[in-house]
Amino acid sequence: MAIYNLKINGKTQEIDVAPDTPVLWVLRDHAKLTGTKYGCGIGQCGACTIHIDGTAMRSCSLPVSSVGDKAITTIEGLSEAGDHPLQEAWVEHDVPQCGYCQAGQIMNAASLLKNNPSPSDADIDAAMNGNICRCGTYLRIKSAIKTASQKMG
Amino acid sequence: MTLIKTKHNRRSFLKVSSLAGGGMVLGFSWLAGCKPEGTAEAVEAIIMPDNWYDVNAFLKIGNNGVVTIMSPNPEIGQNVKTAMPMIVAEELDVDWKNVIVEQAGLNTESFSRQLAGGSQSIRQGWKSLRMAGATARRMLMEAAAKEWEVDVAELTTASGVITHEGSGRSIGYGEIASSAAGIEVPEEVELKDPKDFKIIGVPTKNVDGKKIATGQPLFGLDYQQEGMLIAMIEHPPAFGMTLKSMDAEAAKAMPGIVDIFTIDTYPEDVEKQWSDTSAFSELVAIVGNTTWEVLKAKKALKLEWEGKDAIENTSTIDQELEKRLLAAADDPARSRKDGDPEAAFRDAAQVIERTYSGPFLAHNTMEPMNFFAHVTADHAELVGPIQTPEFMRKTAAARLGLPEEKVSIMMTRMGGGFGRRLYGHFGIEAAAISQKINAPVKLIYTREDDMTQGTYRPTYKVTYRAALDADNNLIGFHVKGTGAPESPVFNNRFPAGTVDNYLAENNSRESNISTGAWRAPRSNFIAFAEQSFLDEVAEAAGKDPIDFRLGLFDRAISDPVGDSNDYDPERYAGVLKLVKEKAGWGQDKPGVHRGVSAYFCHNSYVAQVVDVVMEGDKPKIEKVWCAVDCGIVVNPEGALNQIEGGIVDGIGHALYSNMTFKDGKPEQNNFDKYRLIRHSEAPKEIEVFFVENGVDPTGLGEPSLPPVAAALANALARATGERLYSQPFVGTQQVLG
Repeated sequence: MAIYNLKINGKTQEIDVAPDTPVLWVLRDHAKLTGTKYGCGIGQCGACTIHIDGTAMRSCSLPVSSVGDKAITTIEGLSEAGDHPLQEAWVEHDVPQCGYCQAGQIMNAASLLKNNPSPSDADIDAAMNGNICRCGTYLRIKSAIKTASQKMG
Repeated sequence: MTLIKTKHNRRSFLKVSSLAGGGMVLGFSWLAGCKPEGTAEAVEAIIMPDNWYDVNAFLKIGNNGVVTIMSPNPEIGQNVKTAMPMIVAEELDVDWKNVIVEQAGLNTESFSRQLAGGSQSIRQGWKSLRMAGATARRMLMEAAAKEWEVDVAELTTASGVITHEGSGRSIGYGEIASSAAGIEVPEEVELKDPKDFKIIGVPTKNVDGKKIATGQPLFGLDYQQEGMLIAMIEHPPAFGMTLKSMDAEAAKAMPGIVDIFTIDTYPEDVEKQWSDTSAFSELVAIVGNTTWEVLKAKKALKLEWEGKDAIENTSTIDQELEKRLLAAADDPARSRKDGDPEAAFRDAAQVIERTYSGPFLAHNTMEPMNFFAHVTADHAELVGPIQTPEFMRKTAAARLGLPEEKVSIMMTRMGGGFGRRLYGHFGIEAAAISQKINAPVKLIYTREDDMTQGTYRPTYKVTYRAALDADNNLIGFHVKGTGAPESPVFNNRFPAGTVDNYLAENNSRESNISTGAWRAPRSNFIAFAEQSFLDEVAEAAGKDPIDFRLGLFDRAISDPVGDSNDYDPERYAGVLKLVKEKAGWGQDKPGVHRGVSAYFCHNSYVAQVVDVVMEGDKPKIEKVWCAVDCGIVVNPEGALNQIEGGIVDGIGHALYSNMTFKDGKPEQNNFDKYRLIRHSEAPKEIEVFFVENGVDPTGLGEPSLPPVAAALANALARATGERLYSQPFVGTQQVLG
């Protein structure tokens, strides 16, 4: 075990875990932030997507020892009041069905829009291809990203 | 105006009481005794409650006018948690913005009949939900009439306010709710004329949308309790195997590990319910403080397994199923024969014969199986994602040696169902583990555990034969199905009833690879086979594929063959005509290849046209045109989402997904090996058109999925010149990359 002072959603938390513990389980089991989801554990589905210093990462495959003092942002910390343009667009387009993958989709999309504020359809496909939605809400996700992009632009 | 009775066999569907602090509570049966007409699809409804009158839902009207509807139906993403309360609110005549929807648990005697399956929630709930809303409205009106000493017939309602025009008086529901609690439940109430609907038919957002978008803990995997431990299981690596020996010493000594032991989930003296499908009763349980610690110990276990039963290979199963297609039907009672099919084929000018196959498929809900259990000496608390809580309670009570009333089940939102969460062995496993270690525990399946555990979509094969006369009329039709463990054939579905000489027969094969309902059971495969075949028959007959099908429906409308046909040919033809018109069928666009398909299942009719362009050897789906007849559309927003999702799901599984077995062992165990459709592979556009006919609503969780694989296959046949006979299309056949 080792002690890590992690910056999670703007607050520093002291967490005592084994160095190889994936950030996903640190968030879910230790920080009690369950918005970040477990889907596959091997970085194939994107349900566990978080931001490390603003960039989308798969938290299931990211050992806590590699984070250092970088800022971790989860779906709970994406916006203060749950009103990030993407979150609002997700509600407006009624995107979710089961909803399980959507936090990962939103976090991945937020990283995309940060780097590319006006993505084309092909840009969205390329950036979002690692995020599986088993319910098949891909078209709505694309529409919601475009709406958020316009609002942010 | 329709009148509806609130009693059946002298038992009321409704109970009323006052609300502490002021207001009224109306208890009612969510799926009350208004069993839909026709029982042909009873099996697909999975299971019908045997007591239809139990109160299992509540409508509360607070003295502030806020309406709370407790929805007892498990939410698996089919959006019934929004649509069903909309129906109640409509008849109650309140504004949707003043309605709060809460999920009820299976933790009192009152909530006792709950399930989700077979796209049946809306269809079965329609009348009882309307009745509940209408009854509450009537009682509020009667209370107001009493207070004002006027005739109740002189009162009107709108937006939760009762008005007496004659005297100009009005009162809000909240203000009169406490008095209404003292009114006797009327024996008969009036329902609205559908043309007066204000909520039904209005696109309405998912009531949990914001919570989902902000990462609120809604799912089973998110559930936590103080002092809770984490458990995982290890099941045999192959179907037909059991545990031979376990060396857990090193794993037990690892940090954070509480205990490692074996459990027998279903000992012989425990009566299993139909929902207790599980290939592996004996499991190794690893219990510890945190998920990662448990995962590491799980990997460190030294386990030996041995064969106790047949060890299956996909290749062997395939060969045996092919033999069964050539053998006689296994049970003539499961066949249907009209006319003289043998003679028709003997006399035919042309016979077309084709065989289609589909693989085992995993459900792969994004949220893996999981359940929380806290079992003490005299009580068990279970919490998690389950479509059949009542059956889980029965089995849990039997397994734990507790009376049923000492087992409570709370349902969480489910990260996908697709049929998988009808089978609740994971809840029984969690309960057995909690009982053994005497602590609250959350059982979590890894993705690998989830994908290799079983309960798959069965594998299917079917052979179709069509006989055409010299004028290219369809004079004989023969379908023969097989599968492990079931045949996909529905004897009485289209094109039964459209051909004088018809034979449907089955010959299926057992397997110890466990299977279960998978979104649109059987239809999810047979629609592909049937609609691909008819496309080829139309081609052989030199006819347009839509006109050919419409010709068959004309026959079923004017002079149907047999009297047990399981569809309405006019509604079936209706969706085909609608999609033909909307898609501009017949107007060819360069480089765009079109395919059509239509299917009826789960009481709804769907027809689709798929437009494909080829980029090299990769198909790109430009657009899916979809016509749907599901009667009245309760929530167009949720309906569209379901239809779109079913289309994407159907396309994805047809193109990519495959579950294979070698020496009993699943060859795919995670998303690196099991391919699911991704963003870039989804259709660019889906446009949906509803038939407006005012018919009582039917479900939408499943019907858009089955036909799309055939529409895609038929489009791809035009694009590549090669017909597709086997799923998945990509990987098993050379024409697609």
